[in-house]
Amino acid sequence: MAGDEPQSPDLPPLLLLRKPIAFLLSSLSTRFHLLKPWESPLPLPAFLSAHATTVQALLITGLAPVTAVILDSLPSLGCIVTTSVGVDHIDLLECARRGVAVANAGSVFSDDAADYAVGLLIDVLRRISAADGYLRQGLWTLAGDFPLGSKLSGKRIGIIGLGSIGSRVAKRLEAFSCTISYNSLTMKPSVPYKFYPNVCDLASNNDALIVCCALTSKTHHIINKEVLSALGKQGIIINIGRGALVDEEELIKCLMNGDIKGAGLDVFKNEPLVPKELFSMKNVVLSSHSAVNTEENILDLYQLIIANFEAFFSGTPLISPVSA
Amino acid sequence: METLGVLLTFPMNPYLEEELDRRCNLFRLWESPPESRREFLRAHAGSIRAVVGNATCGADADTIDALPKLEIISSFSVGLDKIDLEKCRQRGIRVTNTPDVLTEDTADLAIGLAISVLRRIPQADRYVRSGSWKSKGDYKLTNKFSGKTVGIIGLGRIGMAVAKRAEAFDCPISYHSRSEKPGTNYKYYSTVVDLAANSQVLIVACALTPETRHIVNREVMDALGPKGVLINIGRGPHVDEAELVKALVEGRLGGAGIDVFEQEPHVPEELFGLENVVLLPHVGSGTVETRKEMADLVLGNLEAHCTNKPLLTPVI
Repeated sequence: MAGDEPQSPDLPPLLLLRKPIAFLLSSLSTRFHLLKPWESPLPLPAFLSAHATTVQALLITGLAPVTAVILDSLPSLGCIVTTSVGVDHIDLLECARRGVAVANAGSVFSDDAADYAVGLLIDVLRRISAADGYLRQGLWTLAGDFPLGSKLSGKRIGIIGLGSIGSRVAKRLEAFSCTISYNSLTMKPSVPYKFYPNVCDLASNNDALIVCCALTSKTHHIINKEVLSALGKQGIIINIGRGALVDEEELIKCLMNGDIKGAGLDVFKNEPLVPKELFSMKNVVLSSHSAVNTEENILDLYQLIIANFEAFFSGTPLISPVSA
Repeated sequence: METLGVLLTFPMNPYLEEELDRRCNLFRLWESPPESRREFLRAHAGSIRAVVGNATCGADADTIDALPKLEIISSFSVGLDKIDLEKCRQRGIRVTNTPDVLTEDTADLAIGLAISVLRRIPQADRYVRSGSWKSKGDYKLTNKFSGKTVGIIGLGRIGMAVAKRAEAFDCPISYHSRSEKPGTNYKYYSTVVDLAANSQVLIVACALTPETRHIVNREVMDALGPKGVLINIGRGPHVDEAELVKALVEGRLGGAGIDVFEQEPHVPEELFGLENVVLLPHVGSGTVETRKEMADLVLGNLEAHCTNKPLLTPVI
């Protein structure tokens, strides 16, 4: 039937929901019998029904949502692998209920994400993007020297979420003589940084907050009006987590009123829609959910995806499992 | 200090200017049009005993010659390339600069530039602001910074600070200097070409002297190569700018993050359309915090000179 590769049926079947980039597709097709709904004339629910008994493995690309409805149509499903680190697009409770194991990108992206967070922070403080634009518009000759930025070295940085990414951000900023403190679900006794159980306290004791945590029901709008107020007029927010970690409307109000100093934002509430108020602001740096998008990561990621599925099909533990 | 006649060469810092005006007898060089500079200096030569210059406008041989009463040049910079040091030695003129206080800012910027170039941060920002994320999808894949081999030209205060920061990104560090430095684990290369051939990110952090002019030339850029990135936080003349433009336009050099240019504020326009460069208007020490510290150091040196105390940061 259309949507099935005309290849060896001995290869274990692997379902995808969305068409991934060609390179990933070809890497997978030599190892798995790919089920590709986008090549079928059937609507998705019918396609899923048609393969209900054979599909044990599902690859999620592009943050395609996995809901209870999709899980219902795949009763034989045993394993989901997502190409992302974040798993907020997957109903983990429903997966756990049905015994479906979930794996993500592990720490493949962690260095890149940490680099990007630091890059955004330096850019906001030292106004790199703004100064580059100033120069390219010819203003250095016309309007004189660019206005002064703010020093990074020695500043107090609060990290929200001290996992794989947050701990790498901390390590990097320590080399800039920054003082690191953090908020996390639980305190980590083995790290030398000060723990603040309350995010507002973290905000009032730091010059910048870097949001690196996962989006869950507990962390939705973890950066809210109170936190922004506690951060204060000299404060900076860097968000490389998920848009919904920050109350976006409040953030924009604070930026417009000068209640915080600036922001570096890689993620937004309704990507790819970005509130247009941000477009004219000189104290923000924006990017298109790119914190992990490097060429170097891609090969590592594909190897990890394949290794996870191969582990599943051979009955061994997943390489980068996620728990509910 | 009220009787100290100070020539300020450039409106470099409002706080510094106010303090000099308040505490000394201040002459502002830029108030006279360039054609009448000579007359301006002649008119005030009897009073001017100090010059405060910066990276844009210092004290060259002509200026020093025009000021027979000159006792001290206090530079609002750590770089001394705009001061005729030999003349100062001959005349017994003291010279001070602003080391240490700007080391961190400059090193921070070097790393910021490296990440910005490799990850295309300014380009991504413009991409989002133009509405392209909505119409064309995510910005393309960029290149990783962590783990790249970093080669540093000049392992002085700033070079060491750059190395310390880059190490936190797991970057192997190597360097070229006039001589090998004991006490570091970094790999030494006796030529800049060898350093460039073995680095993915090459960072210029040395002083500008006649020997280091165009230290990054075509050969070095070719050795750095089509995937290599050049970061210049030193002085414009460290890099052969015409060759830099050609190398970038022709794809022989992968990218560049440049804070300094040969004829500031003029920047070759061929660079403006390139996606693989980040261009900054000499902001290496350009933070509120550091410029205040630099200004206080300049004032402190002048004060020490006037009260016959040891200069704070003498060069000569």
